[in-house]
Amino acid sequence: MSEQNVTNILVVGIGGQGVMTATEILAEAAIALGHDVKKTEVAGMAQRGGVVSSHLRFGAKVLSPQIMPGTADLLVGFEAAEAMRWCHMLKPGGLVLMNTARIVPPVVDLGLYDYPANPQATIEARGFRVQAFDAMAIALQLGDLRLGNTVMLGAMADHLPFPAEVLLEAILKRFAARKPQMVELNRQAFEAGRAAATAAAR
Amino acid sequence: MAAVLPAPGHARLLLSGNEAVARAVWEAGCKVAAAYPGTPSTEMLEVLATYPDIYTEWSVNEKVALEVAIGAAYAGSRAFCAMKHVGMNVASDALMTLTLTGVIGGLVIAVADDVGLSSSQNEQDSRFWGRFAHLPVFEPADSQEAYAMARAAFELAEKHQVPVILRMTTRINHVKGLVTVGERSALTGGSFHKDPARWVMTPAAAGKRIPLMFERDKALRDEAEASPLNIIENGADKRLGFVASGPAWMHVREAFPDAPALKLGLSCPLPVEKIRAFAATVDKLVVVEEVEPLVETELKAAGIECLGKDILPRQGELAPSVLKPAIARLLGEPVPETSATPAQVFPRPPTMCVACPHLGVYYTLSQIKNLTISGDIGCYTLGAGHPWNALDTTISMGASMGIALGLDKGRGEADKDKRILAVIGDSTFLHMGMQGLLDIVYNGGNVTVLLLDNRAVGMTGGQGNPGSGKGIHGDERPRVDFARLVESLGVKPERVHVVDPYQLPVLFKTIREELKIPEVSVIITNQPCVLIDDYKKQKPFEVLEAKCTGCGNCVEVGCPAIHVTHREKAVKPSGKEVELQFVRIETAACTGCGLCVQPCAPDAIVPADPTQPIRLIKH
Repeated sequence: MSEQNVTNILVVGIGGQGVMTATEILAEAAIALGHDVKKTEVAGMAQRGGVVSSHLRFGAKVLSPQIMPGTADLLVGFEAAEAMRWCHMLKPGGLVLMNTARIVPPVVDLGLYDYPANPQATIEARGFRVQAFDAMAIALQLGDLRLGNTVMLGAMADHLPFPAEVLLEAILKRFAARKPQMVELNRQAFEAGRAAATAAAR
Repeated sequence: MAAVLPAPGHARLLLSGNEAVARAVWEAGCKVAAAYPGTPSTEMLEVLATYPDIYTEWSVNEKVALEVAIGAAYAGSRAFCAMKHVGMNVASDALMTLTLTGVIGGLVIAVADDVGLSSSQNEQDSRFWGRFAHLPVFEPADSQEAYAMARAAFELAEKHQVPVILRMTTRINHVKGLVTVGERSALTGGSFHKDPARWVMTPAAAGKRIPLMFERDKALRDEAEASPLNIIENGADKRLGFVASGPAWMHVREAFPDAPALKLGLSCPLPVEKIRAFAATVDKLVVVEEVEPLVETELKAAGIECLGKDILPRQGELAPSVLKPAIARLLGEPVPETSATPAQVFPRPPTMCVACPHLGVYYTLSQIKNLTISGDIGCYTLGAGHPWNALDTTISMGASMGIALGLDKGRGEADKDKRILAVIGDSTFLHMGMQGLLDIVYNGGNVTVLLLDNRAVGMTGGQGNPGSGKGIHGDERPRVDFARLVESLGVKPERVHVVDPYQLPVLFKTIREELKIPEVSVIITNQPCVLIDDYKKQKPFEVLEAKCTGCGNCVEVGCPAIHVTHREKAVKPSGKEVELQFVRIETAACTGCGLCVQPCAPDAIVPADPTQPIRLIKH
């Protein structure tokens, strides 16, 4: 929690990974608990494989929608290098939940830039805590890559200022309304993500 | 999109600024709403189209959108028009005389400034239009305010028979916050009254309207001075008093909760006297406004001392992280230490999609030498990037045409053998490119035009346009026949070609041949955007590792599904040292377009074995 009793969560990844949807579900959970919420991202060209960073702030009253660098309570990285790119946004000693999967952009394939050798170690060297796991592999094991964002939401479940069940309910409610056949798989993905983060904490 | 049952009144919803405005416009009983898509404004019309009992349309450009809204407002109905900041440049011809006629039905124009350039070619300040066109400007600071001000804007518009500008920025349009919504009011049905002195702006008639506009300015200034949207929040620390509007207001409250601050909601005409009185209660006045020093300049002209752009940046957003150090320096306080320097990571610019039909075009253009390529606004602007580097100019919608003609006519002796090619998308062509092509034809330009017809406004999410033959609800509409259209503009039929951009040899040959012919030709590509329903996926490909020689030809196509697994240095028989790039295809992403198969010399790219499970590439 920041000074003004506002929780700051930064969710980052690349276009198409479901970052914005995940943050929206998180926002719905916070609203269900009666919080004021603001959520912002700059996503103009994000659907073209660009960087997506989604800021979620909730508490009694939220003014600016933007998280100040150095004040995020939690950083959720849907991709390894993106977690590294944004780790300066965390408050000192803050926690990173990180998908270890690497999505390599064309500029790296073309040899113009290198992919960082060890994003996790770089983040840890800055004094942040990291819980890392392969969310894409977990999603694939469950049979659908698109479950990746629910895996990431599951990983967050034990690091929020409200019970995990509230978040799970917000996820299932969303799928019950739009894709009822996906409810059970999303429940499994949520639990798998939660377990992966717990295992990574050890 | 099918109309959904709108949420009931008094519900508290998580809405973006765009969604909030859409709700308010619908509730206000608006009858006609028009827009051309453009980030960050697009969702206003997109969402409005899902509401019942309102006419919505994607117009061919912002000027036409505004004119449609003007007609509806002349007819006595409430009307709405939305655009991004640069759209107003296009619409301004209508706007600047609209201010003289005024309106009967309320007309609200929402303009979205892309402060921070998330997806735009410039960063301009639409608050100027209020001054330039003598129109009131509202500036919401979050979604709830966007909702409330959109509703208030209709009331003000009808009270003074004046079009109203709702100025938003990316940080309002795309931020979600809680909004308490209301019920829809009954549609106001007016009628058009014949009155040439009012509606026919001949010089004589217009001359008589100008004094009325000045009278209206005074009345609007009184509105602004008294408006409950321009409020003062008191604070104990009176060393500084802030004046702010839009998202900057929230940033000021976040960063300096103890300082007095004056919020501008109805910011044009500027409530100068209210600000003068506020300034007298604080030691120093600081104006926090994004982009231009507009309020600051007006206050200084009115003899009110203030600080502004001398201590704050003129570009980009004024987030708390920008404000706090600037104000600390002003007060002579220690500047908050920022240990928060970002880690160095490669850039991740937007890319073209896997299998995008533009890939074949840019791959081909990247292989042709001695060519200057004037580009345009759309996904295909990305052709300027790696690996193609095949686009040389971009400034505004449709500009590829006129600039190509100017490059042709203005060429120096050194460029006499250069070929000039223009690249433009279907929607951009219909928006503002057609006139430019007509000019090339009429004036005998030597330009080869590539018209990339992907049946969508791709960059903003695939909205319909007259080239897609789809209306705003996805309904069938007449589809423009581009070949016949350009022929009727005067392009010779033998100079018009329709080609499949996935057939690289045909595309290459057609472009090469037309470049040689010293007159205007138009090559139309005819495959749909991969993000729209028209696109049909094929079976994916994979790379046979044993056969890949590392030639790297496929990498030059620029498809994001192709990844280099490793590089090796090698020496050619000629003695030249080359770097080999061995590749794999992300089968889960590949849609089987076949573009990369064509330049693959060793035939190493083959249909993926469907019996193998999907593997993800790990580096």
